[in-house]
Amino acid sequence: MNLLGKLTWDAIPLHEPIIVGTVASVGVVILAAFARVTVKGYWPYLWREWITSVDHKRIGIMYIVLALLMLVRGFADGIMMRTQQAVAAGGAQGYLPPEHFDQIFSAHGTIMIFFVAMPLVIGLMNFAVPLQLGVRDVAFPTMNSASLWLTATGILLINASLAIGEFAKTGWVAYPPLSELQFSPGVGVDYYLWSLQISGIGTLLSGVNFVTTILKMRAPGMSYMRMPVFCWTALASNLLIVAAFPVLTALFAMLLLDRYLGFHFFTLDGGGNAMMYVNLFWVWGHPEVYILVLPAFGIYSEVSATFSEKTLFGYRSMVGATLAICVLSYTVWLHHFFTMGASAGVNAFFGITSMIIGVPTGVKVFNWLFTMYGGRVRFTVPVLWTIGFMVTFVFGGLTGVLLALPAVDWQVHNSVFLVAHFHHVIVPGVLFGAIAGYNYWFPKAFGFKLDERWGKAAFWCWFIGFHLAFMPLYVTGLMGMTRRLQHYDVVAWQPWLLVAEAGAIIVMAGIICQVVQLVVSIRHREQLRDTTGDPWNGRTPEWATASPPPAWNFAILPRVDEIDAFWAKKQRVLAQQDLPRRQRRYQPIEVPKNSPAGFVTAFFAVITGFALIWHIWWMAGVGLLGATVTWLAFMFRAQDEVEIPAEQLGRFDRTHPVEVSL
Amino acid sequence: MRYGSLAAVLLVAATLGGCDGVLDPKGPIALAERQILFNATGIMLAIVIPVALATLGVAFWFRASNERARYRPNFVDSGRVEILVWSIPLMTVLLVGTVAWIGAYDLDPPKTIAASTKPLKIQVVSLDWKWLFIYPEQGIASVNHLTIPVGTPVSFELTSSGVMNSFFVPQLAGQIYTMAGMLTRLNLRADYAGTYRGMSANYSGAGFSDMYFKVDAVAPNSFAQWAAATRNAGPVLDAQAYAGLVKPSRSVAPFTYRSVASGLFTGILSAAMQPDAGLCVPYSKSMRAER
Repeated sequence: MNLLGKLTWDAIPLHEPIIVGTVASVGVVILAAFARVTVKGYWPYLWREWITSVDHKRIGIMYIVLALLMLVRGFADGIMMRTQQAVAAGGAQGYLPPEHFDQIFSAHGTIMIFFVAMPLVIGLMNFAVPLQLGVRDVAFPTMNSASLWLTATGILLINASLAIGEFAKTGWVAYPPLSELQFSPGVGVDYYLWSLQISGIGTLLSGVNFVTTILKMRAPGMSYMRMPVFCWTALASNLLIVAAFPVLTALFAMLLLDRYLGFHFFTLDGGGNAMMYVNLFWVWGHPEVYILVLPAFGIYSEVSATFSEKTLFGYRSMVGATLAICVLSYTVWLHHFFTMGASAGVNAFFGITSMIIGVPTGVKVFNWLFTMYGGRVRFTVPVLWTIGFMVTFVFGGLTGVLLALPAVDWQVHNSVFLVAHFHHVIVPGVLFGAIAGYNYWFPKAFGFKLDERWGKAAFWCWFIGFHLAFMPLYVTGLMGMTRRLQHYDVVAWQPWLLVAEAGAIIVMAGIICQVVQLVVSIRHREQLRDTTGDPWNGRTPEWATASPPPAWNFAILPRVDEIDAFWAKKQRVLAQQDLPRRQRRYQPIEVPKNSPAGFVTAFFAVITGFALIWHIWWMAGVGLLGATVTWLAFMFRAQDEVEIPAEQLGRFDRTHPVEVSL
Repeated sequence: MRYGSLAAVLLVAATLGGCDGVLDPKGPIALAERQILFNATGIMLAIVIPVALATLGVAFWFRASNERARYRPNFVDSGRVEILVWSIPLMTVLLVGTVAWIGAYDLDPPKTIAASTKPLKIQVVSLDWKWLFIYPEQGIASVNHLTIPVGTPVSFELTSSGVMNSFFVPQLAGQIYTMAGMLTRLNLRADYAGTYRGMSANYSGAGFSDMYFKVDAVAPNSFAQWAAATRNAGPVLDAQAYAGLVKPSRSVAPFTYRSVASGLFTGILSAAMQPDAGLCVPYSKSMRAER
């Protein structure tokens, strides 16, 4: 019996200079970082304050750090693809052979959706939702930590595929029969499946956690219709997670059974039906779009209200639109395959439902517009991203409605027109929103603002680069260029693809600006310091506590009697009304105790995942046993909370005074 | 406008997309599909461009430093505005939805094109990584090259030997998937003689980039001459030849078969459903051994 399963020295791609170079340089960076942490003696601090932390704010920050690192990886894949297509015209083959190119576009899609967009929005929800609800943590803090570290497990596994073995060569959707053992015998698809299965568990747990938190834990007085809009969109997004992710998990379980145990769910033989996979994939896949985009819509709502110094226009309408999108997102999945040969009635039905979902989305755009109308708009960095989003997204929506017309879809499905469309909605719709949220809540998280000039430079690079990179793809798509081409014979496409390459380079400049923005801001943090806890003249409860907030968020839970309660309170104080100052009588607070359970479980999940990918069965057993024992040990813990004494709360409030407290 | 909006992009594409494009249709189906594309784009641009401009205008006018702009913090709810903002997208969807509905029925790929001439039948099989076109009425077949008569409707039946592909000739009609064990249908007609680019539009593995082919639309008598010439030369496509053809190969130069074994297409279609039929399991033996 082979103790290492399918794993041999051949799994290290030493014959691929690009991969060897990448892995070596990434390895050097990681080693240097580890060495620095060791020399400086930061490990105990990192372990105590971050790795074992169950504080939603720190977990949120770690999610965002992971997502931003993966953004760099995903972008590197993207620009490699753009470069390949910019050169591989006519007879040329470019610099990437098909076997490598096919892994890159599969990894780009998988990483950008699952390990950039998802952790970005989950990270922002983690950070902001409990603060906005005016509570002290999420419903299940240790489970939250497990969610984070299981996501990190997925990230580790998918990146390990670069150095050990290969990644899927199936596209990020991994349609069978191509993804079945018959056509993809390597470990690539297994890397894809196991990293997404494991991180998917984390995502589902996050969904359960946030639905519970928002439904059951809100500040005194905060009825549903007084919740900040971001909390509404987070609720809708997490309801979608809870309903949609189990579909994906079951779907991948079926494909895994096909690949590992010879089942016939989607195989060519034995009565398998690959089209069932395509259906189920998009039953998850379309709600996933809204899982990502709804929280971003929430951020745009917060940003447009705050920086227009007005309550969000049509709050009830916005809530209705959010919930309408939440429900309708389950009625549109077939528009991803109008070309499968369904009957005209089926195609027409799904075409029209897909357009109907554009109605609440359109309403949202109008409501943001009317929020600015009659406001006092401050052109801060988050506002630039918001306006940039609005003027871009409406055109992305337009091409989306075009694709919802079956007769048009047949002509542009699977073309780079489609690629241009979904980047045209996801980049402004999700990424711009996440960056707006990052700039918006950064001072809350760290106590100082991000540098405005570099932030604006980043926006303009992204905005211009994005349009240069993707508008040409609409053109080549209409010229008949399909997606995922490693090389092509039609030289007329090349000029457009060169423009797209230039756009990608400008986007890269934007990313560099963002790195510089962070570094400059850290260096000038004293000038950028926010001592009030309310740097933007905010409206919602998160601005009514110190920046950064203490572990317990609010020493005394805020009282919320209306929408934008914090703003209204500030107005009353400004008007010098006779406000009886609430007696701040501190009670001791119990906060959940930090726990390594999540991290240790994820450690064993890495072992299990890696072992299953390489068919090392004994090791998979060790990993599963370890994870189970960890959770058993956690369940039988003696003490799960620590008490913060009242004096400490009072002392913190005196040293970190806020001007107006809720 | 800074945006250089989609309209401009479409116009530029229309002028430059002279070759191979969706915007340069050569048959009634592709022409109708382009018309729907234009109509829907026009309807929506009428809404979207004003919205984008209004966004920029409102944001600029109500900038904090503009003292002439009136600050109205209480303008946060308005029934009239709500009716307006819900009805604008709703009306648009009603309009475009009708276009979608009619288009989905009129241009349904399996729907035969009404014509006085009998449609030409062609059976299509996507293979790793090439296309097989069988002409059952002529008893001939070709690989990676499609020849059709101008002005005659062509009725395709399509399937795959394994991996899913998508049969697509943009200038003649929209695409349709080819799936093993399943039959899809597509109808089109070329109204102008010429050479058009066809391809697989669905990624199918390492040799996918070379899965394109030429479509020659020729005068009916030239088509008859071509069919007659093809019948006189080239190999025979029987089960054995198919077993060789089905093996993965990349950028295969076009060639023809002078005759095709009867029932081959039906065999390919059903073989995909059978576990141990020799026809379409080119990988299975070695893979299973490895497992």
